[in-house]
Amino acid sequence: MLGPHGAFIIGSYAVTVLVVGGLILAAILDQRAQRRALDELEARGVRRRSGDER
Amino acid sequence: MWTKLANPSFFLRWSGAAVPWLAALAAALLAVGLYMSFVLAPADYQQGETVRIMFIHVPAAWLALFLYATMSVSAIGSLVWRHPLADVSQKAAAPIGAAFTLVCLVTGALWGRPMWGTYWVWDARLTSVLVLFLMYCGVLALWRTIEEPGRAARAVSILTLVGFVNVPIVKFSVDWWNTLHQPASVLRLGGPTIHPSMLYPLLVMALAFTALAVTLHMYTMRTEIMRRRVRTLTLLEAERLDRRAAA
Repeated sequence: MLGPHGAFIIGSYAVTVLVVGGLILAAILDQRAQRRALDELEARGVRRRSGDER
Repeated sequence: MWTKLANPSFFLRWSGAAVPWLAALAAALLAVGLYMSFVLAPADYQQGETVRIMFIHVPAAWLALFLYATMSVSAIGSLVWRHPLADVSQKAAAPIGAAFTLVCLVTGALWGRPMWGTYWVWDARLTSVLVLFLMYCGVLALWRTIEEPGRAARAVSILTLVGFVNVPIVKFSVDWWNTLHQPASVLRLGGPTIHPSMLYPLLVMALAFTALAVTLHMYTMRTEIMRRRVRTLTLLEAERLDRRAAA
Protein backbone atom coordinates (compact mmCIF):
# COMPACT_ATOMS: atom_id res chain seq x y z
CA MET A 1 0.00 0.00 0.00
CA LEU A 2 2.83 2.41 0.86
CA GLY A 3 5.18 1.15 -1.83
CA PRO A 4 8.77 -0.11 -1.55
CA HIS A 5 9.71 2.63 0.95
CA GLY A 6 6.82 1.98 3.33
CA ALA A 7 9.17 1.39 6.28
CA PHE A 8 10.56 4.94 5.93
CA ILE A 9 7.04 6.43 5.85
CA ILE A 10 5.83 4.39 8.83
CA GLY A 11 9.10 5.13 10.67
CA SER A 12 8.63 8.88 10.14
CA TYR A 13 5.09 8.88 11.50
CA ALA A 14 6.08 6.56 14.39
CA VAL A 15 8.92 8.85 15.45
CA THR A 16 6.57 11.85 15.30
CA VAL A 17 3.96 10.08 17.46
CA LEU A 18 6.67 9.02 19.91
CA VAL A 19 8.29 12.47 20.26
CA VAL A 20 5.08 14.53 20.29
CA GLY A 21 3.27 11.94 22.45
CA GLY A 22 6.18 11.97 24.90
CA LEU A 23 6.07 15.76 24.99
CA ILE A 24 2.33 15.75 25.75
CA LEU A 25 2.71 13.05 28.43
CA ALA A 26 5.62 14.87 30.10
CA ALA A 27 3.61 18.13 30.09
CA ILE A 28 0.58 16.45 31.73
CA LEU A 29 2.68 14.67 34.39
CA ASP A 30 4.61 17.86 35.18
CA GLN A 31 1.43 19.91 35.61
CA ARG A 32 -0.07 17.22 37.89
CA ALA A 33 3.08 17.25 40.04
CA GLN A 34 3.04 21.06 40.37
CA ARG A 35 -0.68 21.11 41.18
CA ARG A 36 -0.17 18.44 43.85
CA ALA A 37 2.75 20.37 45.39
CA LEU A 38 0.69 23.58 45.39
CA ASP A 39 -2.26 21.82 47.03
CA GLU A 40 0.00 20.32 49.72
CA LEU A 41 1.53 23.71 50.54
CA GLU A 42 -1.88 25.33 50.76
CA ALA A 43 -3.18 22.50 52.93
CA ARG A 44 -0.33 23.28 55.35
CA GLY A 45 -1.61 26.87 55.51
CA VAL A 46 1.15 28.46 53.40
CA ARG A 47 -0.30 31.42 51.49
CA ARG A 48 1.20 34.22 49.43
CA ARG A 49 1.10 37.59 51.19
CA SER A 50 -0.89 39.10 48.33
CA GLY A 51 -3.42 36.23 48.43
CA ASP A 52 -3.52 33.38 45.94
CA GLU A 53 -5.59 33.08 42.79
CA ARG A 54 -5.64 29.92 40.69
CA MET B 1 -5.85 45.57 27.90
CA TRP B 2 -2.47 43.86 27.19
CA THR B 3 -1.32 44.56 30.76
CA LYS B 4 -4.43 42.79 32.09
CA LEU B 5 -4.06 39.85 29.67
CA ALA B 6 -0.41 39.46 30.66
CA ASN B 7 -1.13 39.37 34.39
CA PRO B 8 -0.16 35.80 35.48
CA SER B 9 -3.32 35.25 37.58
CA PHE B 10 -5.56 36.53 34.79
CA PHE B 11 -3.59 34.42 32.28
CA LEU B 12 -4.25 31.30 34.38
CA ARG B 13 -7.98 32.04 34.30
CA TRP B 14 -8.45 32.68 30.57
CA SER B 15 -5.92 30.08 29.39
CA GLY B 16 -7.65 27.47 31.57
CA ALA B 17 -10.79 28.00 29.50
CA ALA B 18 -8.93 28.22 26.18
CA VAL B 19 -6.69 25.11 26.43
CA PRO B 20 -9.46 22.44 26.06
CA TRP B 21 -10.92 24.24 23.01
CA LEU B 22 -7.50 24.59 21.41
CA ALA B 23 -6.74 20.92 22.08
CA ALA B 24 -10.04 19.90 20.47
CA LEU B 25 -9.29 22.13 17.47
CA ALA B 26 -5.81 20.57 17.11
CA ALA B 27 -7.25 17.03 17.29
CA ALA B 28 -9.95 17.80 14.69
CA LEU B 29 -7.45 19.46 12.31
CA LEU B 30 -5.05 16.54 12.75
CA ALA B 31 -7.79 14.02 11.90
CA VAL B 32 -8.78 15.97 8.76
CA GLY B 33 -5.13 16.54 7.83
CA LEU B 34 -4.21 12.87 8.14
CA TYR B 35 -7.25 11.85 6.06
CA MET B 36 -6.27 14.34 3.36
CA SER B 37 -2.59 13.28 3.51
CA PHE B 38 -3.20 9.53 3.22
CA VAL B 39 -6.51 9.25 1.32
CA LEU B 40 -7.00 12.36 -0.84
CA ALA B 41 -3.41 13.32 -1.72
CA PRO B 42 -1.99 11.34 -4.65
CA ALA B 43 1.43 9.71 -4.73
CA ASP B 44 4.07 11.96 -6.31
CA TYR B 45 5.02 11.15 -9.92
CA GLN B 46 8.73 11.03 -8.95
CA GLN B 47 8.85 10.32 -5.21
CA GLY B 48 5.90 7.93 -5.10
CA GLU B 49 4.39 7.31 -1.66
CA THR B 50 7.40 8.75 0.22
CA VAL B 51 5.98 12.22 -0.45
CA ARG B 52 3.65 11.53 2.51
CA ILE B 53 6.60 12.18 4.83
CA MET B 54 6.37 15.82 3.65
CA PHE B 55 3.06 16.26 5.53
CA ILE B 56 4.84 15.95 8.88
CA HIS B 57 8.38 17.01 7.95
CA VAL B 58 7.48 20.46 6.58
CA PRO B 59 5.07 21.51 9.40
CA ALA B 60 7.67 20.35 11.97
CA ALA B 61 10.32 22.47 10.21
CA TRP B 62 8.05 25.55 10.19
CA LEU B 63 7.28 25.10 13.89
CA ALA B 64 10.96 24.66 14.75
CA LEU B 65 11.53 28.19 13.39
CA PHE B 66 8.22 29.64 14.66
CA LEU B 67 8.89 28.50 18.23
CA TYR B 68 12.43 29.88 18.17
CA ALA B 69 10.97 33.21 16.97
CA THR B 70 8.42 33.01 19.84
CA MET B 71 11.29 32.44 22.30
CA SER B 72 13.17 35.43 20.84
CA VAL B 73 10.18 37.80 21.11
CA SER B 74 9.64 36.61 24.70
CA ALA B 75 13.36 37.10 25.38
CA ILE B 76 12.98 40.77 24.38
CA GLY B 77 10.02 40.98 26.81
CA SER B 78 12.22 39.51 29.55
CA LEU B 79 15.19 41.78 28.92
CA VAL B 80 13.36 45.05 28.21
CA TRP B 81 10.28 44.87 30.48
CA ARG B 82 11.40 42.08 32.83
CA HIS B 83 7.90 40.71 32.53
CA PRO B 84 7.43 37.38 34.38
CA LEU B 85 5.02 36.09 31.73
CA ALA B 86 7.68 36.68 29.04
CA ASP B 87 10.11 34.55 31.12
CA VAL B 88 7.46 31.86 31.43
CA SER B 89 6.68 32.00 27.70
CA GLN B 90 10.28 31.52 26.59
CA LYS B 91 10.86 28.69 29.05
CA ALA B 92 7.67 26.91 27.94
CA ALA B 93 8.50 27.24 24.22
CA ALA B 94 11.97 25.65 24.46
CA PRO B 95 11.11 21.94 24.90
CA ILE B 96 8.30 22.16 22.32
CA GLY B 97 10.62 23.79 19.79
CA ALA B 98 13.33 21.21 20.50
CA ALA B 99 10.84 18.36 20.00
CA PHE B 100 9.61 19.68 16.63
CA THR B 101 13.21 20.31 15.48
CA LEU B 102 14.05 16.71 16.38
CA VAL B 103 10.99 15.50 14.42
CA CYS B 104 12.12 17.63 11.46
CA LEU B 105 15.67 16.19 11.55
CA VAL B 106 14.62 12.54 11.92
CA THR B 107 11.81 12.62 9.34
CA GLY B 108 14.16 14.50 6.98
CA ALA B 109 16.76 11.75 7.36
CA LEU B 110 14.12 9.05 6.79
CA TRP B 111 12.91 10.90 3.69
CA GLY B 112 16.45 11.51 2.46
CA ARG B 113 17.56 7.85 2.50
CA PRO B 114 15.15 6.61 -0.23
CA MET B 115 15.19 9.89 -2.22
CA TRP B 116 18.83 11.04 -2.02
CA GLY B 117 20.45 7.72 -1.17
CA THR B 118 21.71 9.02 2.19
CA TYR B 119 20.34 9.84 5.63
CA TRP B 120 22.56 12.90 6.05
CA VAL B 121 24.74 15.35 4.16
CA TRP B 122 26.54 18.35 5.64
CA ASP B 123 24.76 20.83 3.38
CA ALA B 124 23.76 24.30 4.59
CA ARG B 125 20.07 23.54 5.29
CA LEU B 126 20.62 20.32 7.22
CA THR B 127 23.58 21.70 9.15
CA SER B 128 21.80 24.94 10.11
CA VAL B 129 18.76 22.95 11.37
CA LEU B 130 21.15 20.77 13.42
CA VAL B 131 22.64 23.99 14.86
CA LEU B 132 19.07 25.13 15.67
CA PHE B 133 18.49 21.88 17.57
CA LEU B 134 21.77 22.35 19.47
CA MET B 135 20.68 25.92 20.32
CA TYR B 136 17.44 24.56 21.78
CA CYS B 137 19.46 22.02 23.81
CA GLY B 138 21.75 24.82 25.07
CA VAL B 139 18.75 26.94 26.09
CA LEU B 140 17.17 23.98 27.92
CA ALA B 141 20.46 23.25 29.71
CA LEU B 142 20.91 26.90 30.76
CA TRP B 143 17.37 27.01 32.22
CA ARG B 144 18.35 24.07 34.44
CA THR B 145 21.70 25.58 35.44
CA ILE B 146 20.49 28.77 37.18
CA GLU B 147 18.06 28.27 40.06
CA GLU B 148 16.63 31.79 40.48
CA PRO B 149 14.02 32.13 37.68
CA GLY B 150 14.58 35.86 37.01
CA ARG B 151 18.36 35.51 36.64
CA ALA B 152 17.93 32.38 34.54
CA ALA B 153 15.51 34.20 32.23
CA ARG B 154 17.93 37.07 31.62
CA ALA B 155 20.85 34.72 30.86
CA VAL B 156 18.70 32.56 28.58
CA SER B 157 17.34 35.66 26.81
CA ILE B 158 20.84 36.72 25.78
CA LEU B 159 21.68 33.21 24.52
CA THR B 160 18.35 33.00 22.66
CA LEU B 161 18.82 36.38 20.96
CA VAL B 162 22.39 35.54 19.93
CA GLY B 163 21.10 32.25 18.50
CA PHE B 164 18.36 34.03 16.54
CA VAL B 165 20.97 34.86 13.89
CA ASN B 166 20.62 31.21 12.80
CA VAL B 167 16.88 31.54 11.99
CA PRO B 168 17.28 33.51 8.72
CA ILE B 169 20.26 31.26 7.89
CA VAL B 170 18.00 28.19 8.13
CA LYS B 171 15.30 29.86 6.02
CA PHE B 172 17.56 31.24 3.26
CA SER B 173 20.32 28.59 3.31
CA VAL B 174 18.77 26.93 0.24
CA ASP B 175 19.00 30.22 -1.67
CA TRP B 176 22.41 31.39 -0.42
CA TRP B 177 24.25 28.09 -0.90
CA ASN B 178 24.16 25.17 -3.27
CA THR B 179 22.34 22.50 -1.25
CA LEU B 180 21.12 18.96 -1.79
CA HIS B 181 17.97 20.04 0.05
CA GLN B 182 15.41 21.48 -2.36
CA PRO B 183 14.61 25.24 -2.34
CA ALA B 184 11.41 26.62 -0.75
CA SER B 185 8.28 25.45 -2.54
CA VAL B 186 5.46 26.94 -0.41
CA LEU B 187 6.62 30.15 1.31
CA ARG B 188 8.28 31.83 -1.68
CA LEU B 189 7.92 34.91 -3.83
CA GLY B 190 5.83 33.95 -6.86
CA GLY B 191 3.62 31.56 -4.87
CA PRO B 192 3.75 27.84 -4.10
CA THR B 193 5.07 25.39 -6.69
CA ILE B 194 3.22 22.41 -5.20
CA HIS B 195 0.06 21.11 -6.87
CA PRO B 196 -3.11 21.96 -4.87
CA SER B 197 -3.83 18.24 -4.34
CA MET B 198 -0.74 18.13 -2.10
CA LEU B 199 -0.66 21.76 -1.00
CA TYR B 200 -4.04 21.70 0.79
CA PRO B 201 -3.27 18.60 2.93
CA LEU B 202 0.09 20.18 3.77
CA LEU B 203 -1.56 23.44 4.86
CA VAL B 204 -4.15 21.60 6.99
CA MET B 205 -1.38 19.56 8.65
CA ALA B 206 0.58 22.79 9.24
CA LEU B 207 -2.50 24.33 10.90
CA ALA B 208 -2.96 21.16 13.00
CA PHE B 209 0.68 21.19 14.16
CA THR B 210 0.43 24.93 14.92
CA ALA B 211 -2.76 24.46 16.97
CA LEU B 212 -1.05 21.60 18.84
CA ALA B 213 2.06 23.71 19.51
CA VAL B 214 -0.01 26.70 20.73
CA THR B 215 -2.03 24.39 23.02
CA LEU B 216 1.13 22.83 24.44
CA HIS B 217 2.76 26.24 24.86
CA MET B 218 -0.20 27.62 26.79
CA TYR B 219 -0.50 24.44 28.89
CA THR B 220 3.22 24.45 29.73
CA MET B 221 3.10 28.17 30.57
CA ARG B 222 0.37 27.38 33.10
CA THR B 223 2.58 24.65 34.61
CA GLU B 224 5.51 27.05 34.80
CA ILE B 225 3.42 29.66 36.65
CA MET B 226 2.39 26.94 39.13
CA ARG B 227 6.06 25.89 39.54
CA ARG B 228 6.99 29.48 40.40
CA ARG B 229 4.18 29.66 42.95
CA VAL B 230 5.35 26.38 44.49
CA ARG B 231 8.86 27.84 44.74
CA THR B 232 7.61 31.09 46.31
CA LEU B 233 5.43 29.26 48.83
CA THR B 234 8.22 26.79 49.70
CA LEU B 235 10.58 29.70 50.39
CA LEU B 236 7.89 31.44 52.47
CA GLU B 237 7.36 28.28 54.50
CA ALA B 238 11.11 27.87 55.03
CA GLU B 239 11.33 31.51 56.18
CA ARG B 240 8.45 30.99 58.59
CA LEU B 241 10.05 27.82 60.00
CA ASP B 242 13.39 29.66 60.40
CA ARG B 243 11.71 32.50 62.32
CA ARG B 244 9.88 30.04 64.53
CA ALA B 245 13.12 28.14 65.27
CA ALA B 246 14.95 31.38 66.11
CA ALA B 247 12.18 32.59 68.49
